[in-house]
Amino acid sequence: MTPPQQPVAVRAAGLTKSFGKTRALDGIDLEIPTGHVLGLLGPNGAGKTTTVRILTTLLKPDSGTAEVAGHDVLADPQAVRRSIGVSGQYAAVDENLTGFENLYMVARLYGMNRAAAKERARELLDRFRLTSDGDRPAKGYSGGMRRRLDLAGALVARPSVVVLDEPTTGLDPRGRMETWDVVSNLVTDGTTVLLTTQYLEEADYLADSIVVIDSGKVIARGTADELKARVGGERLELVVPDAAELPTAAEVLAEVGSGEPVTDPHTRKVEVLVDTGPKALIESLRRLDGHGITPVDVGLHRPTLDDVFLALTGHAAEEVQA
Amino acid sequence: MNTATKVFSDGGVVTWRNLMNVRRNPEWLIGATLMPIMFVLLFAYVFGESIGMAVTGSAEGDAGAAYREFLIAGIFAQTVAFNSSYTVIGFASDLQKGIIDRFRSLPMSRLSVILGRTTADQALSVIVLVVMTLAGLLVGWRINGTLGEAALAYLVILLFAFALSWVGAFIGLLARSVEVANSAGLIWMFPLTFVSSAFVPQETLPGVLGTVAEWNPFTAVVNTARELFGNTHGPALTGWPAENAPLYAVLSCIAIIAIFAPLSAARYRKVATQ
Repeated sequence: MTPPQQPVAVRAAGLTKSFGKTRALDGIDLEIPTGHVLGLLGPNGAGKTTTVRILTTLLKPDSGTAEVAGHDVLADPQAVRRSIGVSGQYAAVDENLTGFENLYMVARLYGMNRAAAKERARELLDRFRLTSDGDRPAKGYSGGMRRRLDLAGALVARPSVVVLDEPTTGLDPRGRMETWDVVSNLVTDGTTVLLTTQYLEEADYLADSIVVIDSGKVIARGTADELKARVGGERLELVVPDAAELPTAAEVLAEVGSGEPVTDPHTRKVEVLVDTGPKALIESLRRLDGHGITPVDVGLHRPTLDDVFLALTGHAAEEVQA
Repeated sequence: MNTATKVFSDGGVVTWRNLMNVRRNPEWLIGATLMPIMFVLLFAYVFGESIGMAVTGSAEGDAGAAYREFLIAGIFAQTVAFNSSYTVIGFASDLQKGIIDRFRSLPMSRLSVILGRTTADQALSVIVLVVMTLAGLLVGWRINGTLGEAALAYLVILLFAFALSWVGAFIGLLARSVEVANSAGLIWMFPLTFVSSAFVPQETLPGVLGTVAEWNPFTAVVNTARELFGNTHGPALTGWPAENAPLYAVLSCIAIIAIFAPLSAARYRKVATQ
């Protein structure tokens, strides 16, 4: 059953897709080495879901090619479907079936016989902590439980490639941590994962490499560290006890920093990019002390992917959502 | 597993899933059987006497009883025809809920998704027919032919139900929402079932309506069942469709399936919820 291991599990080249006049994808290229997690990052409407739908054979691209687990999505979609597990943004569980029945059905449709399907369904219920609710209709499940069930459905056939479309959107922090654990375990098993997300910390935490897309185009790719390095330097932040001290603090930071300081009177915070890290921190504190200012909070931060996104697109990741 | 076996085994799984859905919503089944019972009672007792005279050709004897006997084959066929609207709604709601997307991402035959739906709806038609038969017997309807002929009558009605649910599948896959599906699935049922011999003798329909009724496949199904149940009155009907009702009924069903099975399968492949 298992096809020979390909060095590259997912490869897409020049994917384009338009819906009417809207150009959803404008030439997407991506590659995922076997056993890696690729985070496809972008705001709503960037083209993440369209890319996923093409790679999972649900949608045909207008042009371009894609291969998943060594099979062409256009020439042999059925072989692709046998090799993948998909979990969607909107948990596609049948709410009238029990958790067990949902997994049993999916297992049967992957071609397992009755006994194997039952065993696999029980096993997955156990793994996703749904055993005690396994014989209740999914209608009564919480959002997090539904999501776990949908995720379990994606893993029924032990697929070599798992595609997760915004797996934690709408989940509470606990549900998000649980999902992250599941994805981390998949990687240990050697599964290749394509993960779309609009949460930068999620890509940072889970993905070996990241592709950032915006308006249907790839605007950056690399590891989280590489992307952060593109913003350059570190960010020195301090909070002064009195808003009246902000101008002085800003002057000091302008001397030690490598860019223009940004002040926020509301939070009494002033921040600046620095090249010299801790050295700049010590220097700024010494000079502030000379002015008789003692910060209430001080910190040196590496740029977050939010900073990266802002630098790359000129807008924050969250802004575009509306 | 070869392709044909996979179609049927997957179709079986989808059928099971659809029937489980009905089992978990039994109130739905109550609605599906109450409406036809209502039809039997309303037609039998509200219109019965007056239409009955047209059926028997005279006011002598019990025109109401004669009409009730005439009516049942028509109501049976109409009820299973209306059941195809459940196929429409079933598909539209599966599309909306992302279930179809889940199916489409699985290595299963696409025909089996439709087959599973039409087969499950067929099982429902059987249940509804049993309830209707009991209601019919209560209002005085009797099977006057042999049991074998009656069985054939039921088979023709079920074949017609099966054929129409492929039309329902196509409409359901075209509909953009459950709300649209709700009306789109029902609206064409009214002319189909009323411009026919189901409720009134087809020869009493005026002009063009009469011709439409004569060639309406639904009329052929009703006439075939009525004949096999031994519920006919008055002189035999004339014209090719009436004289060859069983042949015409079966051919129509086959033609409907031959047209709408590939149409639905093609539509299923194309359909993409955004």
